[in-house]
Amino acid sequence: MIPFILRRLLVAIPTILALIVFSFLLMDFAPGSPFATERGVPPEVLANLEAKYGLDKSLIERMGIYIWNVVTQFDFGPSFKFTDRTVNELIAQGFPVTLTYGFWSFVVAVAVGVTLGVMAAVFQNSWLDYLAVGVTVGAQVLPNFVMAPILVIIFTLWLGWLPGGGWQGGQIEYLVMPVIALSTSYMASIARITRSSMLEVLNAGFIRTARAKGLPMRRVVMRHALKPAMMPVISYLGPAFVGMITGSVVVDVFFSTGGIGQFFVNSALARDYSVIMGITILVGMLTVFFNLLVDILYAWIDPKIRY
Amino acid sequence: MPLLDVDTLGVTFDTPDGTVNAVNDLSFSVDPGETLAIVGESGSGKSQTVFGVMGLLARNGRATGRVSFEGKALSEMSDAEFNRVRGDAISMIFQDPMTSLNPYIRVGDQMIEVLTLHKGLGRRAARDECVRMLDAVRIPDARARLDQYPHEFSGGMRQRIMIAMALLCRPKLLIADEPTTALDVTVQAQIMKLLGDIREEFGTAMILITHDLGIVADSCDRTLVMYGGRAMEEGPTQALFESPSHPYTTGLLKAVPRLDIDQPELQTIPGEPPDMSRLGPGCPFAPRCLLVREVCRETMPPLVSHGALRRACHADPAEVT
Repeated sequence: MIPFILRRLLVAIPTILALIVFSFLLMDFAPGSPFATERGVPPEVLANLEAKYGLDKSLIERMGIYIWNVVTQFDFGPSFKFTDRTVNELIAQGFPVTLTYGFWSFVVAVAVGVTLGVMAAVFQNSWLDYLAVGVTVGAQVLPNFVMAPILVIIFTLWLGWLPGGGWQGGQIEYLVMPVIALSTSYMASIARITRSSMLEVLNAGFIRTARAKGLPMRRVVMRHALKPAMMPVISYLGPAFVGMITGSVVVDVFFSTGGIGQFFVNSALARDYSVIMGITILVGMLTVFFNLLVDILYAWIDPKIRY
Repeated sequence: MPLLDVDTLGVTFDTPDGTVNAVNDLSFSVDPGETLAIVGESGSGKSQTVFGVMGLLARNGRATGRVSFEGKALSEMSDAEFNRVRGDAISMIFQDPMTSLNPYIRVGDQMIEVLTLHKGLGRRAARDECVRMLDAVRIPDARARLDQYPHEFSGGMRQRIMIAMALLCRPKLLIADEPTTALDVTVQAQIMKLLGDIREEFGTAMILITHDLGIVADSCDRTLVMYGGRAMEEGPTQALFESPSHPYTTGLLKAVPRLDIDQPELQTIPGEPPDMSRLGPGCPFAPRCLLVREVCRETMPPLVSHGALRRACHADPAEVT
């Protein structure tokens, strides 16, 4: 197991490097400049600015310096737009916020999704199944940028129960709507995957054996069917968690929560190269990390998988 | 009083193409300690019969009729009551040992849960009992192997584990649904020998579903021949094999290769097993029967006594050879 993890971490290094190079090239090819303003900047000032941020150097040189700083000091450099702040500071400020509601969204999506899916499968073709399928289809066709305004209309404008935005250190009333908006479609996918995989498992021979032993249905499902039925769900969870963190773009913009999603959008619009790069690399590393976590989880659950 | 009494059992499945009658009007019984063989081609309803008895039909399946065990009607029990009998007094082993054990749970834990459920044993006592039973089915190094997962065992070993698991509560009736079909020939013989030994040792009554008429002749007290979801002929194995009175039984027996007599050519029964969703009112075997007549296609003959046997055939027993 340990050699497997080490090997996977080693493979991750070229992956992340490739990610950096590609992102860097893409940013370089994109038109526009972080210093462009409507009135235009005098050429002398522009030259000074470019010299200060190292933009006067060649592409290869800039990339080399950037990668060196990232690899040796984990330093993503200064922001081009917020002159007194570094990318590391921006991430340190925004990432805990994103992580907080991302984590709760994940918990809600898994808990509700798995429960709905299992119930639907066990009571297949009953009203409960139809209700669960109806809810999940409905939830899946509602992307978070549609969910968010609907939630605000209902809970803020009509009922007046929840504040329409803000963070305030992540108090619960500020957390509820971002979490619902973010988790709904993932919850729906998890419920659908769980349902179909549970239906398949319930037809397996070993489930018939378990029933023949005289185990009550509840026990058959919880002890014998749940683990195997979770395998496809788990492989979906890695990408889903990363998706919830990147999906925070909409949530941050809509609820003004102040997570990294907000910085990501703003920096893309403002050509704030270093911030874009920093967040891209962060998300890339998260992706690699969670996929590894999924593989480890697989091995832990399925005795046939040993790395 | 018979141990198991099955009265007018029917098994139907709701399918997108309509209702399929897998088993029709089937009655039989098993006495304590007796071994009943159920034989017939694939698709004749043998497995669905015992699944119906055990309440293990697929979701779209439904069983009708009355099944009683030791005088108590299983078919009228609630799920909770049925679960007290299932796995305790009646247990079952299945056709494919590769898929019958849960691949995610240690073999020992799968066995132990039977004893904690039905006998209320503690883990330690249950574990000792499991070791004893694995020894009885001749699994070497049983104590260590309890902690292994099913994929660490061969097919024959898994079937032994299934048998051990089915015997843990000393059932009065063991139902074995083609227990050797999925196994190698040499392993088949070992498993059949094991089942025979167990019957002697524990006095367990058994229902054995099989294609192998050789096994039936060797080890079964009575035989039920099924075709198209119905009983064709039934009676003591020896009488049935020596003087079969049903054209289907004679067809089956002639299709068995034998070394002890000079056999010119192996005979087969022409045609194919029926499509169960398109059965007419008559005898299901009529389309393939050599002695078929008009009445066979119109009405199903009743099961009536003929000597020691019971047979469902319009033809005169004397015609059947």
